Amino acid sequence: MKIVNTSVPKKDALQLLTGQPVYTDDLAPKDCLIVRLLRSPYASAIVKSVNKKAALLIPDIEAVYTWEDLPADAKRFTLAGQTYPEPSPHDHLILDRRLRYVGDPVAIVAGRNEAAVEKALALIKVEYEVLEPLLDPTVAKDNKIIVHPEDDWEALCPVGADNKRNLCAHAESNAGDIEATLADCDIVLDRTYHTKAVQQCMMETYRTFCTIDTYGRLVITGATQVPFHVRRIVALALGIPKSKVRVIKPRIGGGFGAKQTCVSEVYPALVTWLTKKPSKIVFSRYECMTASSPRHETHMRVRLGAMKDGRIRGIDMYAVSNTGAYGDHGPTTVDLTGHKPITLYRTESYRFVADVVYTNNMPAGAYRGYGAPQGMFAVESAVNELAALLGMDAFLLREKNIIHEGDYLPSYYGETNTSCALDRCLARAKELSGWEEKGLCRKLQNGKVRALGMAMAMQGSAIPYLDVGGATLRLGDEGTYNLLIGASDMGTGCDTILAQIAAEVLECDLDAVSVFGVDTDASPYDSGSYASSTTYLTGQAVYQAAAELRRRLTLLAAKLLKCEADEIIFDGKKAAKIDGSGALTLAELAVASQAGNDVALDVTASTKSTASPPPFMVGVAEVDIDTETGEVRPVHYYGVVDCGTCINPNLAKVQTEGGIVQGIGMALSENVTYAPDGRVYENSLMQYKIPSRLDNGRLTVVFEPSYEKSGPFGAKSIGELVINTPGPAIAAAIANAVGARFYELPVTPEQVAMAAAARKKK
Amino acid sequence: MELTLTLNGKKMSRLIEPGILLLDFLRSEGCYSVKRGCETSNCGLCTVFLDDVPVLSCSLLAARAQGRRVTTLEGLRQEAEELAAFIAAQGAEQCGFCNPGFMMNAIALLREKAEPSVDEIRDYLAGNLCRCSGYEGQLRGILAFIEWRKSEKGGAAR
Repeated sequence: MKIVNTSVPKKDALQLLTGQPVYTDDLAPKDCLIVRLLRSPYASAIVKSVNKKAALLIPDIEAVYTWEDLPADAKRFTLAGQTYPEPSPHDHLILDRRLRYVGDPVAIVAGRNEAAVEKALALIKVEYEVLEPLLDPTVAKDNKIIVHPEDDWEALCPVGADNKRNLCAHAESNAGDIEATLADCDIVLDRTYHTKAVQQCMMETYRTFCTIDTYGRLVITGATQVPFHVRRIVALALGIPKSKVRVIKPRIGGGFGAKQTCVSEVYPALVTWLTKKPSKIVFSRYECMTASSPRHETHMRVRLGAMKDGRIRGIDMYAVSNTGAYGDHGPTTVDLTGHKPITLYRTESYRFVADVVYTNNMPAGAYRGYGAPQGMFAVESAVNELAALLGMDAFLLREKNIIHEGDYLPSYYGETNTSCALDRCLARAKELSGWEEKGLCRKLQNGKVRALGMAMAMQGSAIPYLDVGGATLRLGDEGTYNLLIGASDMGTGCDTILAQIAAEVLECDLDAVSVFGVDTDASPYDSGSYASSTTYLTGQAVYQAAAELRRRLTLLAAKLLKCEADEIIFDGKKAAKIDGSGALTLAELAVASQAGNDVALDVTASTKSTASPPPFMVGVAEVDIDTETGEVRPVHYYGVVDCGTCINPNLAKVQTEGGIVQGIGMALSENVTYAPDGRVYENSLMQYKIPSRLDNGRLTVVFEPSYEKSGPFGAKSIGELVINTPGPAIAAAIANAVGARFYELPVTPEQVAMAAAARKKK
Repeated sequence: MELTLTLNGKKMSRLIEPGILLLDFLRSEGCYSVKRGCETSNCGLCTVFLDDVPVLSCSLLAARAQGRRVTTLEGLRQEAEELAAFIAAQGAEQCGFCNPGFMMNAIALLREKAEPSVDEIRDYLAGNLCRCSGYEGQLRGILAFIEWRKSEKGGAAR
């Protein structure tokens, strides 16, 4: 391989690093109406009346919309960017009379400048009927308070949803007889775990601008991971044909799943559709922290059955996932909470039961890992505690129990583990981190304690039988190529790695491939950038399109050289007859393709997958703990990853490093907590602490690749996997230092200090 | 009110609303590298130079730039491109949204001190948040840039 598996810089790197205007708000027309939302101050209320007269008297105000102004054909929809019919229930309206969380939109204001809009927001008089909110997910099921009592609420898929019971979804799956297995075990560990609704905190907040084009269609430009889903969702929300909507994605300032939900699109879409004027919305960070789509807060009970020799025989998990006010990604995220961690182990039986419940909290959504980090924290923490109980090394316990290549995976949809270097990841992580030499816990001269903890993780690569990857490759001028994609590069570098795959197959320079994405009018259909699908699935589409384009090039050459196609050899630069009697350069073919030619040098390939091959990771956290203050400081994090072939090792490495640091935040500092009235306390980056570069310690990331035959050049996914290990690994390290276990993330200094103090008393 | 300042080397006068923030003023002048990431002076995305000193343009009235020099990344193209190549070589730009503020502050650091230590780099840039990269690649890039600048070739190029 010449270009695949090399660390070429991202194609857009220098443009981004020199600050070129390539993001949504840099591109918005300067005469855009400014759109802002009046948001509910109550966690649960009914809008009795809205008086917008005073607001409309402000000269620069164009429109104020409330629930009464919705188009007659507007139907309930989900904001979740998923393939239709979405598993997420259709429970949203653009504006609803019933308000379900603090921040739920009450009115949309559009005006010609910020000041006027600001003033109008203050002048809108709303009469609310305030209702008692439901804020505790553990009592939400069958509670007397119902978050979605409306009759037009609709679940399109059989996900066990029942709005009258506050159930967004109910799931059960199992293999073997878990009760019999647990009854026969020497040890059954029974523990409950809790993870919070952490925020994606992409640096670019949600934003969208809308215009009307030459043909009277609505053009939506914005920061989204799912342009094709946005097209469908907005059309449904506005009650207009999908063919009237076009979606364009420029550069995105980070996504992490946040932009797999249509958080901001519908509002300017409504304004522009009704006024026929350009409009834009730019979420403030405050809105991004209080009215967005964070990770689902999850309560989990894990029963782990094992023998004294360390054989893990059964895992039973019950999860309650808090989807908040709306069910975006509710039914699907929880699936990963169970199936991803449980699958890491060869067990005789397993069971996973989950309830996804509505509450009057901020609605949850998709965030890197998509439910897996919660479950990984629970199961890996339980396995770490089991190791301690057995007096067995945490690595050794894993070595005895992990799945291997070729294994049948009953808890993973009955798939076969086609590529797996988890065993090698374990060995490498143990060696790399100095696990055996350093010991689990040692006192430092400064009075602190340095401790180690570890955890494993897996994820998937695309959603089998559902996701569609798409790529169009065409021969351009001078023997260059255009690669058109529908997948969204949100900073991850997919434009570049997909071009690497094309260049490898076409045997050309990377610079010869120009990438275009995304415009729903021009790009081939692609489900979008989520579910760790782009490299694996869209990558296959690029591979297939490139292979077919090669074939077409030889066809054209054969026509021109008056021979059969199998007499032509194409080496990327020229197509030559095998007998040496003639040849055409690629540039000559490009010219010929535009003159009297009937061979289309424009190939579109669509791909689906029949499996979701898991990538694997082992993480080791080395942390310093101040047992007086409870402060925990990461010193070094070691990550060993099997993502199959790295299409671009540098980008895979940076993905891993970024994911680890997000995981560190989830483990130690990132928290979403609610006041008794349902307000989020952590409403800015001042209260909600994401790691700065002083908080993460050093990182060492290496790869132990397996080879996934179904992926492009052996590749699996990388993006989501890497956020999973820090939670359980850091919690284990702290436990090793203070002798107490932690069952909730984040582990706060208070909890650590109290545990350390309690130990001293003993 | 009338604001007179030197923006990226160009002297200019503009009528402004007295309450406008420097960040919004700069974007209205086409300096789109200047980004807003928060409202609480926490993220560092909007970093620009005021008389060569890095400041957060979200926390400064444009009026404070009266008679002073303001520099954004648009005004540092060559200096930025030199460092940028090393960050790009690590793939550490990622989504790019935090890049301009990070680049401004990194350039300020490297002007102040030619060979900062790892701890000095992390301290100086602590106010520049990045959610994608985990910071390590940015650090590798800066260290590689320092090495290059030290080398004979780099020294000659400067």
